[in-house]
Amino acid sequence: MSEATAANGQAKARKSSGRPSAWKLLMNNKLAATGLWVLLAIAALAILVPVLPLPDPNVTEPADRLFPPLTEGHFLGTDHLGRDIFSRLLWGTQVSIAVGLSATVIAAVFGSLIGLVAGYVGGRTDNLMMRGIDMLMAFPYILLALAIVAALGPGLLNALYAIAIVNIPFFARNIRGITLGLKHREFVDAARLSGKSHVGVLFTEVLPNVLPVIVITMSTTVGWMILETAGLSFLGLGAQPPQADLGSMLGEGRKLLFTAPHVSFVPGLMIFLLVMSINLLGDGVRDVLDPRLKSGALAAPSARTAIDRDVVPEVEANPDRVLDVKALSTHFDVGDQVYKAVGGVDFYLGETECLGLVGESGSGKSVTAMSLAGLVPTPPGVIKGGRVMFEGADLLEVSDADLRGIRGRDIAYVFQDPLSTLHPLFPVGDQIAEAVRAHQPVSKQVAWDRAVELLDLVRIPNAAERAKAFPHEMSGGMRQRVSIAMALANDAKVLVADEPTTALDVTVQAQVLKLMDQLRRDKNAAVLFITHDFGVVSEICDRIAVMYAGRIVETGPTDAVLKSPAHPYTRMLIDCVPVMGQPGRRLDAIAGLPPPVNDLPDGCAFAERCPHATSECRKGDIGLGPLGEGREVRCIHPLKETVL
Amino acid sequence: MAGYIVKRLLAMIPVLIGLSIIVFLIMAMIPGDPAQAILGNFATPENVARVNRELGLDKPLPQQYLIWVTNLLQGDFGRSYILNRPVLDEVLERFSATLILAGTSLVLCSIFGLLAGIVSAVRQFGWIDRTVTFFVLIGISMPSFWLGLLLILVFAVQWRVLPASGMFAIYGGGDLLDLARHLILPALTLAVVATGVIARLTRASMLEVLRQDYVRTARAKGLSERKVIYRHAFKAALVSVIPVIGIQAGFVLGGAVYIETVFQWPGIGAMLVKAISTRDILLVQGGVLVVAASYVLFNLIADVVQSLLDPRLKS
Repeated sequence: MSEATAANGQAKARKSSGRPSAWKLLMNNKLAATGLWVLLAIAALAILVPVLPLPDPNVTEPADRLFPPLTEGHFLGTDHLGRDIFSRLLWGTQVSIAVGLSATVIAAVFGSLIGLVAGYVGGRTDNLMMRGIDMLMAFPYILLALAIVAALGPGLLNALYAIAIVNIPFFARNIRGITLGLKHREFVDAARLSGKSHVGVLFTEVLPNVLPVIVITMSTTVGWMILETAGLSFLGLGAQPPQADLGSMLGEGRKLLFTAPHVSFVPGLMIFLLVMSINLLGDGVRDVLDPRLKSGALAAPSARTAIDRDVVPEVEANPDRVLDVKALSTHFDVGDQVYKAVGGVDFYLGETECLGLVGESGSGKSVTAMSLAGLVPTPPGVIKGGRVMFEGADLLEVSDADLRGIRGRDIAYVFQDPLSTLHPLFPVGDQIAEAVRAHQPVSKQVAWDRAVELLDLVRIPNAAERAKAFPHEMSGGMRQRVSIAMALANDAKVLVADEPTTALDVTVQAQVLKLMDQLRRDKNAAVLFITHDFGVVSEICDRIAVMYAGRIVETGPTDAVLKSPAHPYTRMLIDCVPVMGQPGRRLDAIAGLPPPVNDLPDGCAFAERCPHATSECRKGDIGLGPLGEGREVRCIHPLKETVL
Repeated sequence: MAGYIVKRLLAMIPVLIGLSIIVFLIMAMIPGDPAQAILGNFATPENVARVNRELGLDKPLPQQYLIWVTNLLQGDFGRSYILNRPVLDEVLERFSATLILAGTSLVLCSIFGLLAGIVSAVRQFGWIDRTVTFFVLIGISMPSFWLGLLLILVFAVQWRVLPASGMFAIYGGGDLLDLARHLILPALTLAVVATGVIARLTRASMLEVLRQDYVRTARAKGLSERKVIYRHAFKAALVSVIPVIGIQAGFVLGGAVYIETVFQWPGIGAMLVKAISTRDILLVQGGVLVVAASYVLFNLIADVVQSLLDPRLKS
């Protein structure tokens, strides 16, 4: 057993052990764990305060006024009435936590009820309830609480109600959303059909499923509620003397800010620690219960694919080749898995030649194309080997600045699905003009005029007007023309077209293909044309390279390959293409799936699905062997017959 | 665009009606005789009867509401019997001071929040990102009224470089420079929480956008990273940050209550707190209505800005 397979087995064993428990996940999050411990320590002190050997928090002792912290017998000193601050702090913390938690529970109960009913009943009830909730949210947060306290009168209990009411909308909205989604699920229907009442369904079927959301909303709002009730007390609208919570202690201490700052500093610090530990824990709980909400956890791709080459082959200079790719391999490192998306690819582009790179989705053709100009996102992509020779330089070695100069000027891309590849917020003319100005020192006006010319060139009617349109205002075919125009902005020597016609319907597809074919001839550009469609290949490509599981399995002139495919995989792909006038022909999808590129078999990757496979096919590395004029095939049993 | 703004302005009307109903109902919750509450404990029975008549408090609730709203629309917000002046005059005077403070804070938190968010997204997992994340965490957990006290201690008491309270110096002040000096501490304090929220959201939104295909297109064109990030990615991220800035306007307006109390800023927040403790109900009512209505307007502006950035939203 090789080391690789051993590691593989280990990885599988780890996978089968399943997802770690929620508790473990929470504890793995260092910040959340810190928050939990701090919170537990504070809560323990607050709960134990009645039995701790501390002075009575409300006994005044005028002789002991304003002792500084660390005074004998008064750990945190005394306030203006000679009361022990440490004792008052712990009692005040108890009150603040109790009030904050109560407000949270009240808001959660009423808010969730409103959300559940509104979401489940729907219709008018929903409309009316949610309008009411929207109205509450139209108030600045604390202002509404102030208005309520104004009506009810200052006092800790009234402050509690006010803060709870103000937070009801957050619960109502979140819970309603989830309930709406659950309402028409099978298990709810089943419970209804089994004769349960609406109320029964709501509380036994729906409620358990919205519980995680209630917990998340509680954990993210409880910190706020403690902070806001403390705030109301600070303003003198909450706890009234002699009762004290953290906020009122801070409010009283404020009057002594200049003479005895510790009286206000201590309770403020406690509020801060309490709220921060709750927020840390709340974020952790949210990430565990609903990982989708975890924001910014995924890494953003860097400007250029990371390069970490193990293999750097020698490449002889060949002036006939515009682009010469040798042993290119690009991997995706995800966790402990390595996906060999491109596993050693060789191809070249002659001057003004069009090479079709063909394969199923997932075969690595797009990653190959993106690797050329370092456009594979890192993480997780890494170029692990090979060379990309262009005009005597290896694109994997040039500086970032040089690569930027080559991108869009010498090598230009036309992407699939221009709705997502064009910027939605800039007019198309702007985007083309920007491509012009990226490489040509011209004024904005000149670049704009050039953009209009280019749009005209790709036959967009009324180009001067349409240049001002946004991508979403155009049809799919028009958008694709825009992205072709953008690729032509600097008369690139190499065009890389990644499935440029896949998202289009058939008639538009034909128009766009014809346009591309003509333009590349007019502009003398070499084209790397990526597609899964042999029908498209035969229209435009001079040569073909067929990819399977990250490697090229057959390459040669288009006519020759189409007429007599040598690799069984090529043959099967060709058989998938419907032919006009042969309605009887069977369109077989190829049975089976390509092997996962993180677990490639020994030998030929296609052997599993190949009718001609022998035991030899599953051994060692099978190379790309020559097969007649300009053709190569990666197969030890190449086919000999010709297709009709 | 003009049509869109008019449409949005019209949509404000039901919201404003809703706001007024809620404020009205909250005041109807007042236990006991509202006229007594308005006039205070030492009011004569004649005066109580007069106020009851003036406010229509002897009539059924819906009719009371209509009378009240009709008065509001004529600019009659009632009279503060404690200050002995029309509520609207007092509210507008105080509100202008709050706008200066809250507006400055909103500008500060937008600038700092957006910058911090962008930088930490671009340097994801680097030390800048970790520092920003750390300060964001502290910022959103910080009781602003405590932070205000700390800043006063450091800048006004220890270093004596900035004034601790007020809007203008009592003697010899009154110019813009004087206002700016008084504004620095309260505006900064008020901006801290909102800065944290905006920074956090900008970071998440930038990271989301940087993964989009059109950012790859921008790179494929050969644009510099600066253009890719500040022109292409930032513009798209801003679309989802703008509404949050609108919401922060509400938190800043509300938070002004604390900050104005701490720094004795003569704004509407400090006025409300005082009015609540003196049970000056009509003043509270008027103040809350004006601030809430201005918040609705802020959100409308945020919506309009958002649709200016993203033409897809107008349809």
